[in-house]
Amino acid sequence: MSGQSGRVSGRVKFAADGARSATLAALGRQPGGQAVRNRLFAGLLVIAVGIALIGLAAILFDAFAKGQGRLGFDLLTKSTSANADRAGFREAIVGTAYLMALVVLMAVPIGVSAAVYLEEYANRERWWNRLIELNIQNLAAVPAVIYGILGLAFIARGPLGVGTVLFAGAVTLTLLVLPTVIIASREAIRAVPPSIREGSLALGATQWQTIWRQVLPAAMPGILTGVILAVSRALGEAAPLLLLGAFTFVTFLPNVFEGGFTALPVLIYNYARRAQEGMPEVAAAGIIIMLAVLLLMNSFAIWLRNRFEQKW
Amino acid sequence: MADGTTKQVRDHPEISVRPNERERGPIERREKTFELRDVSVHYGGSPAVKDVTMDIYRRNITALIGPSGCGKSTLLRCLNRMNDLIPSARVDGQILYQGIDLYGPKVDPVQVRKLIGMVFQKPNPFPKSIYDNIAFGPRTLGMKGEMDEIVENALRRAALWDEVKDRLGDNAYGMSGGQQQRLCIARAIAVDPDVVLMDEPCSALDPVSTFKIEDLMLELKEHYSIVIVTHNMQQAARVSDMTAFLTVEMTSDEKNRWGQVVEYDDTDKIFTNPADSRTEDYVSGRVG
Amino acid sequence: MVTQHLTVPEAAGRPARRLEADSRRYGEKAIKAFLALCAALSVITTVAIVVSLLGPAIGFFQHVPLTEFFGSTQWFPSQEFFGVLPLVMGTLNVVLWSMVFAIPIGLGAAIYLSEYAPRRVRKVIKPVLEVLAGIPTVAIGFFGFYFLVPLLRDIWPGDFLGGPPGAYMAGAAALCVGLMIVPIISSISEDAMSSVPSGLREGAYALGASRMRVALRVVVPAALSGIVASIVLGVSRAIGETMIVLMVAGNLANVSINPVDIVQAMTAYIGITATGDIATGTVEYDTIFAVGVLLFAMTLVMNLISIRFVRKFREVYE
Repeated sequence: MSGQSGRVSGRVKFAADGARSATLAALGRQPGGQAVRNRLFAGLLVIAVGIALIGLAAILFDAFAKGQGRLGFDLLTKSTSANADRAGFREAIVGTAYLMALVVLMAVPIGVSAAVYLEEYANRERWWNRLIELNIQNLAAVPAVIYGILGLAFIARGPLGVGTVLFAGAVTLTLLVLPTVIIASREAIRAVPPSIREGSLALGATQWQTIWRQVLPAAMPGILTGVILAVSRALGEAAPLLLLGAFTFVTFLPNVFEGGFTALPVLIYNYARRAQEGMPEVAAAGIIIMLAVLLLMNSFAIWLRNRFEQKW
Repeated sequence: MADGTTKQVRDHPEISVRPNERERGPIERREKTFELRDVSVHYGGSPAVKDVTMDIYRRNITALIGPSGCGKSTLLRCLNRMNDLIPSARVDGQILYQGIDLYGPKVDPVQVRKLIGMVFQKPNPFPKSIYDNIAFGPRTLGMKGEMDEIVENALRRAALWDEVKDRLGDNAYGMSGGQQQRLCIARAIAVDPDVVLMDEPCSALDPVSTFKIEDLMLELKEHYSIVIVTHNMQQAARVSDMTAFLTVEMTSDEKNRWGQVVEYDDTDKIFTNPADSRTEDYVSGRVG
Repeated sequence: MVTQHLTVPEAAGRPARRLEADSRRYGEKAIKAFLALCAALSVITTVAIVVSLLGPAIGFFQHVPLTEFFGSTQWFPSQEFFGVLPLVMGTLNVVLWSMVFAIPIGLGAAIYLSEYAPRRVRKVIKPVLEVLAGIPTVAIGFFGFYFLVPLLRDIWPGDFLGGPPGAYMAGAAALCVGLMIVPIISSISEDAMSSVPSGLREGAYALGASRMRVALRVVVPAALSGIVASIVLGVSRAIGETMIVLMVAGNLANVSINPVDIVQAMTAYIGITATGDIATGTVEYDTIFAVGVLLFAMTLVMNLISIRFVRKFREVYE
């Protein structure tokens, strides 16, 4: 067939199999029975999609149904409390806000720098660069709770030993979302055509000047979208923070480096566990708040992407 | 020209030779900008171009012509060390620029590219405004001077000023292909180079834009030495002072192919009375 | 003749210019070093994870023999029963049933979006499915505990599988985890199916094949490595999920594959123990790290397999 020595290429094999099957079908069964089977299959597919969508709707609807009665601005002003009437999310929301701010401050420079290195400087042949890439891919899929253990062992205790404070939570969440930021930034940087780099270098710019003044500005919308996605993920993560002591009832506004802290998803979990009358409703209201913030963030990301996407 | 008007020098696009454009004195007395001695380029182990020995003269337009695959672009990219960007590329032989070994140990490719600029086959303006495209080079290189003036001068020299002077803030991607290429030329000359290399600058453009750029080259020749790669023979005949014809050589089993200079001479001679029969076959359209 | 100094001499209207570098460009070298360090942080993080787990885990295994850890079916750390099997079974229970749910739904959605859906429908449904992937697991856990389990309890057919569920139910947790996983499977599988060259489809259609046949006999086999990658990735995610199992599956270690039962997954155990009152440094506390090592090892293997399959599916068409 082609010039390949004996080995039939993958494409050819698939094409041949598909052709064989299609021919058998065309020459085989009666059209009547086949049409019914086809419809049935298509129907099953639609049902599958439907189930997924119903599941999504059920989750959202349930949260709204249980929580909307309890919604109100008082949730933002009231403190953590075991009493359903007095319970609010003030400390949790502030805690989450601080956490997100710190995550952005740490994850963006480190993540974008790593992405720049891997895309612009690293020689792909070298084993250590391939090891770095493999590590990033793997870290992207490590369970969140393991990051919590890491944070507990190395940041709250161990070498950094800052204690189970908000900063430890921020560093842990940063490590958690760093692979996401790196991967998204790499894609954005890769999308900038090589001709732009060549044009800049041909003028006598250095490699870094080219990256800083041409590549990064051009990749910025993609990078920002990736950062927002990463922050969205960090916002809803409770598991690692459980290991860092965020589960405790915190009734004072958090200090970054001292004392306890809590976060929105953790407090929601805390409230949801309680059997007292009215607590599930408070938890559900918290879920609504959390989902609303996420919706806003993701809408912003989509708007950003549509507005600034560069069509090369 | 300095006042922005373009000079109409062409009557019709046939193979014709205009001696009044070529008067640069006898070759032996021309000033040398580049001296190439036994230059070869290999990518990985495979040769791309071999044994090139030629001199390129100051403020001449030197054309490299030949069939595809003969290494013209590869050779061009050696002159501003753009081949450094390809890890597997290896350049042998000697290339002197103004008497200095371009590949010497202490020579910095970045500095080289400030002096020897390049315009690419497909116009590649930056995703910025027209003004910022031109200003990028001078700003990045830390050139002194009033930026508005530098931009205007570059655009005037590239015969683009009148067309864009009222819309310098517009995105460069809104321009036509021909305008974009002239923008790239303006961008290249804004950093005040000595040499401008052009890699098939008109092959992605329509004929009208092509003629505009050919006129432009003839004007730019007053200030810069130009080396152009082109697969359009008529273009080489129209604009260049010197022409090098390269052809593809290959090993007997056809596994390796590389380019070699067959003939390099005054453009008149190459097109009217070439010394080598292969050159004659190519320029008369019998081959290639 | 080669001149020794690297300066282009002055010419008419042009000053002399140097070809040597202006400086050693230390700035650029320092920048490159910093960038490399940021990239290397990934390796440092992995090493740190391993060390943070292994350290205390090794201490643990000095008290508890591996044979007991992997052999015994009793998990009561407070009474010094350290058989991890119930936790592993708990995780497996939830993961198995979540896959039984997620694979057909996810693949079905992928085939629908890739082969059947008109473009406008696809444009709407695809992002909506992505929303499912973005819902915080606390919210899904809440839904599981306060809606799904009571619902299942109400509609449960008599004694089926041992009777109606209690307050917690592994099967409900599995459904929730499955819902969370569906976007992963559908998105990656759909990508794999979309990259099957249309030439293959068109050839089969031209021979008279129905859409179902093209989908099942041409596209799915062609996209198989991507599909497998998505499933493996889904399993890895399911194994590592904490909040849902914590809130819905319960916290009673139980060797059972029955979805009606209460179970405790490995992740749930870690979560509940870390938020409990056990003193640090004790063997009981170190169970967190022993279970953590096991968890990390399981997901690591899954991830490496998945990465392998993704590479394979990229290769076939390049």
